[in-house]
Formats: sequence, structure tokens, C-alpha cells
Amino acid sequence: MNLAAAEHGFLSPTGAEIAFVLIGLVVLGSALLVVTTRQVVHAALWLVVTLGGLAAEYLLLTAEFIAWVQVLIYVGAVVVLLLFGLMLTKAPIGYSEPADRAARIPAATVALGATATLVTVIVDAFRTAYLHLGDDTVGTTKVTGESLFKVWVLPFEVLSVLLLAALIGAVVLSRSRARARSDRKD
Amino acid sequence: MHLVYPLVLAVLLFGIGLYGVLARRNAILVLMSIELMLNAVNVNLVAFDMYLRDTLHAGQALTLFVITIAAAEIGLGLAIVLMVFRNRATADIPDLRELAEHKEGSV
Repeated sequence: MNLAAAEHGFLSPTGAEIAFVLIGLVVLGSALLVVTTRQVVHAALWLVVTLGGLAAEYLLLTAEFIAWVQVLIYVGAVVVLLLFGLMLTKAPIGYSEPADRAARIPAATVALGATATLVTVIVDAFRTAYLHLGDDTVGTTKVTGESLFKVWVLPFEVLSVLLLAALIGAVVLSRSRARARSDRKD
Repeated sequence: MHLVYPLVLAVLLFGIGLYGVLARRNAILVLMSIELMLNAVNVNLVAFDMYLRDTLHAGQALTLFVITIAAAEIGLGLAIVLMVFRNRATADIPDLRELAEHKEGSV
């Protein structure tokens, strides 16, 4: 064990670590409910708790800008889209069906196996690594924006083209039926 | 903060998302589980960005890109699911077996 881990023991956690673990428990619990609840709309609402908790975790990791982007895009846009999708495909809201396939036990086996393997490897590899969050100037909007528009400009612009393509694709996909019908009428 | 905390959180979240993708029936619930897995990746990226003190902030930039791509993916995925629902009146993945290999004599 090196000096960093000897300095910061696992048995004397800091306040940030306690907060991180507590919020992490909330995140994991609500994520479990997302994948196990039988009410499809409740799954989307538990997803809000999971994603909001993750935003708090980003704040604790001093990634301030990422946290707000997470709240804006995931909690604000993605969950609303998912709820739209649920309401358009499941007419009776709150309709509970056997949401899980018969393959639940194999799925749980695969997931548990992958999780156990990864946890073992990661704990073994990073047991002594310590995250110094002393200066909180790493994740501010200013720093992130500067690196984004100085270093990562080209990927950023390519990404905006990708978003445009996805937007047009979604519009075309959801309009195609109406277009075909009106073409037939003409 | 020990680096292990965010990493283990990410692994557990990824495992939960993996279970959801494999076990869920409804296509929209599968999309939600994919979101969980993408968020697990984001936690990893942010934690390593802070740990490595990256001067280019590759981790945070990549996190923003992943969030954007996830938004695009969920938009397109929902459009596809809605189209399937309109054509087939179901959004359940096990019911969509048009392309499955039919056994001898089953058709």
C-alpha cells in the first residue's frame, strides 16, 4: 500500500465520501427499481431519481458543468421523450404487464457475473488510487468551455451535424406513414 | 475521495443496465436500461478526468459528447419504436420475430 492510501484510510471517510456513498445508494436503488418495476411509467419516474442523483455525484466530483448538462438534457429532455414514447405505445397508463421476459434468471446471471468480475478487477487495480479534489477549478463552466472550444472544436461541430442528422431522421421516420397516405391520395 | 467509490458505482450501475437490457420485454424499457449503461460510462469518464488532472479535459469533453449522442440515440430509437408500434401494434421485443429463422415445418 502506498503513501496516498496510508494517508487516507477507508475507515476514516471524508464528508464528501460519505455523501457520495449515500447518494450512490439512492442512485443504485432507484436504478434497480427502473429495471424491475412492473409499472412502465413508474420506471421512467425512477429514472428521473437515478439521473438526478448522478448529477449530484458529478457535483461531488467537482464536475459542475457536466452536472447541469446532465440535469438539462437527461432529466429535462430524455425522460420527457421516454414518457412521450410510453404514452404513445401504451394507451392505458399504469397498465401493468409481466414486463420481464422468461429469460430473467439467465439475464441476472450474466449481469451478476459481469458485475462481480469488473468489481474484482477494478478494486484490485485502483485500491490505492486517491482522487485529490482540492482545487475546484477543474470542472467549472469556464474551464470546460475553454477546453471544448479550443481543443475539441472539430468533434463538437461534427457532433452538431450528427444531431441534425438524427433530428431529420426522427422526423422522417415518424412522418413517413402520413406522407405515404397523402401521396396515395394525390 | 478514493477513486474506487465512483468506479464501483459505475460498475454496479452498468450491471443493473445490463440486466435491464437482457430481461426487459418492452422496447422503451430496454432504451431506459441503455441510458443507465451510458450514464455508468459517464461516471467513469468524469472520475478519470479528475484523477488524471487532464489538461485537455478529454474526459469531460467526451462525457458531453456521450450525453449528446445519447439524446440523439433516444430520439431515433423512440421514432423507430413508435413506427414498429404503428405497424405491428406491439412494442415488445420478443414478439418481433419476423426475421427469425423458422424451424422446419413450423410455417
